[in-house]
Amino acid sequence: MESLIRISAIVFKELRQLSRDRLTFGMVVMLPLIQLLLFGYAINNNVRNIPVGVVDLAQSSTSRLIIDTVRATQVVDLRESYLGLQQAEDAITRGDVRAVLVLPKDLEERWSGKERNRPLGQWLIDASDNVVTSALLALRDLPLAMRTGMPASQAIPNFEVTLYFNPERRTPVNIVPGLLAVILTMTMILFTATAIVREKERGNLELLITTPVRSLELMLGKIVPYIFIGVVQTSIILGLGHLVFAVPINGPMLHILGATLMFIAASLTFGLIISTIAKTQLQAMQMTVFVLLPSILLSGFLFPYEGMPRPAQLIAETLPATHFMRMIRGVVLRDARLDDLSTDAWFLCSFTVVGLIAATLKFHKSLD
Amino acid sequence: MSTLAIEARGLTRRFGRFTAVDHLDLDIPRGVIYGFLGPNGSGKSTSIRLLTGLLTPNEGTVSILGLQLPQQAEELRRRIGYMTQKFSLYGDLSVIENLDFVGRIYGMPRSLARARVEDRLERYGLTRHRKQLADTLSGGQKQRLALAAATLHEPELLFLDEPTSAVDPENRRDFWEKLFDLCDAGTTILVSTHYMDEAERCHYLAILESGRKRADGTPQQLMHAMGATVVEVLGPNLRVVRKQLLELEGIRSVAQLGEQLRVLVDDKIAEPIAWLREHPSLDLRQYELNVVRPSLEDVFVTSTSKSDAGPR
Ligand SMILES: Nc1ncnc2c1ncn2[C@@H]1O[C@H](COP(=O)(O)OP(=O)(O)OP(=O)(O)O)[C@@H](O)[C@H]1O
Ligand SMILES: [Mg+2]
Repeated sequence: MESLIRISAIVFKELRQLSRDRLTFGMVVMLPLIQLLLFGYAINNNVRNIPVGVVDLAQSSTSRLIIDTVRATQVVDLRESYLGLQQAEDAITRGDVRAVLVLPKDLEERWSGKERNRPLGQWLIDASDNVVTSALLALRDLPLAMRTGMPASQAIPNFEVTLYFNPERRTPVNIVPGLLAVILTMTMILFTATAIVREKERGNLELLITTPVRSLELMLGKIVPYIFIGVVQTSIILGLGHLVFAVPINGPMLHILGATLMFIAASLTFGLIISTIAKTQLQAMQMTVFVLLPSILLSGFLFPYEGMPRPAQLIAETLPATHFMRMIRGVVLRDARLDDLSTDAWFLCSFTVVGLIAATLKFHKSLD
Repeated sequence: MSTLAIEARGLTRRFGRFTAVDHLDLDIPRGVIYGFLGPNGSGKSTSIRLLTGLLTPNEGTVSILGLQLPQQAEELRRRIGYMTQKFSLYGDLSVIENLDFVGRIYGMPRSLARARVEDRLERYGLTRHRKQLADTLSGGQKQRLALAAATLHEPELLFLDEPTSAVDPENRRDFWEKLFDLCDAGTTILVSTHYMDEAERCHYLAILESGRKRADGTPQQLMHAMGATVVEVLGPNLRVVRKQLLELEGIRSVAQLGEQLRVLVDDKIAEPIAWLREHPSLDLRQYELNVVRPSLEDVFVTSTSKSDAGPR
């Protein structure tokens, strides 16, 4: 009973302080908002309008047909025309264009004459950006269908493909749930990481540890208010993602909430551990960044987990963000249930319990 | 039940190679105001932290209110109050929110906490400031708030670390009235200070320097036992006379106070005035010399200069 009184005292105190700290309070709302809009619009794997040039040495009706077909894909923006190869290469070097389509003098011969089995022309590609390169490589086979005399739309592909869950292949559908994981990692860890250190720095801790409050009570009291904040941020991100970017929310709310709460608890615990190690708020922030970077790079947010080398996968497995990334994409997009994702759920729960115990043991009520 | 509020034996605390508290022995009875008097860095705060269980001693034993530290530290926390040297309540909470928080942290049910908080606001003159953020309080108001918080759970033993360092003399007097009220109600108080006038009000006193206890007793006892006589010297050219006096064997210290010099002459010299007048290297004919009652400052100076090589 007394224990509950003490925990609630700390919870209410934290909430009060938070409501008076305009900057932090603003961060709670603005951070997910801005990040969501930024990432939602900026990160796009469906490449369009790559600036390219063309060197048309043939100047024939066929060459114009090919150029029009390439333009029609909208993948490229044919904006420059060069007279010779040298000029074209210089343009690539300067960065004016990302690629140049070269159509040789004997194009007609290659199209239907005796040079039929030689390539029609050549793509010169600035391959320094992989995403751009692969988009252009896809254009390699483009005019082939026309050449065999069939309309492009009726070409028979070797395999039929069925796209599940995100048939339009829009990036935000994948990014928004992932962004939830990244933003929660950032704010939840940062808030709790600085929570105890701040009291240390301001001298409040010297008073607090002479009171009968127990370590675990202090830890719980510091965590609870931020669970509430985490839920607010989740609603902002998923709500806005749904409204602005039409991200489907396929899974049931209860399971989304369940997965999110597990992750919030795990991240808060992570922050608490940092808080008991760091001596100053600056150190706490540096440690948060140390955790945040791999959480963005290795968790599957930007690059698919399956494509990472084994050591990176092992590191990723230790991060709560990786497990949550799988869970939240599963629940939100694929309508998976928590019991389909029990391995990840178990990891997050164990992480929280073990972390909380570790933080409590590490935190001594003394100034030594 | 032990009759001593605080009993410490050989209490020692080192930070790296540096010894902040050096074999401190304390026997502090219940129901008194006990003072730690010492200059900056003499180990007052460190001693208090050792006695409240915030720091672990490297050597020595402590028993507070009959409880052993560190084993029974948690049990002790409900029975002691601690007012830190630096303000340690929350600056971004109001007076009443701070007190409420402290009440709840001690596990008080809401009704009891409310009543206690109202009583403390009244007693320490904070009623008008109840809604004010603690950061915006004046120095004196902050100290009173800190005292209110430290006494909210009615501790038997109260530690006050330089409670009046940011307070003007009048507020300091008021503050001490509150302390005597608490003491009257049976609270034992340990207070640290570097103000003489404050030390003089304590029932008992320990003079600390470089982590060591130089002297202890009642202020009266300390004045009697300081081992030096105080001679006031009045006259012209005091700076020159001061230099000459400092050269002499048997002079413990010379301090100028406006128009006069305050000279501490070692007790080995039985007739200090005659000795000064007849000393071959001095010429004090035009000066007025009087033996006066020692002040606590004199005690402080004599006990803290014993370890020094030369006179001050
Ligand atoms: N955590 C610490 N690490 C290293 N040295 C310390 C630490 N705490 C105190 N000290 C040193 O111990 C000595 C005693 O410090 P303490 O704070 O007890 O002095 P004090 O008597 O309270 O001084 P003041 O009147 O300035 O408050 C000082 O020299 C101080 O530098
Ligand atoms: Mg001090």
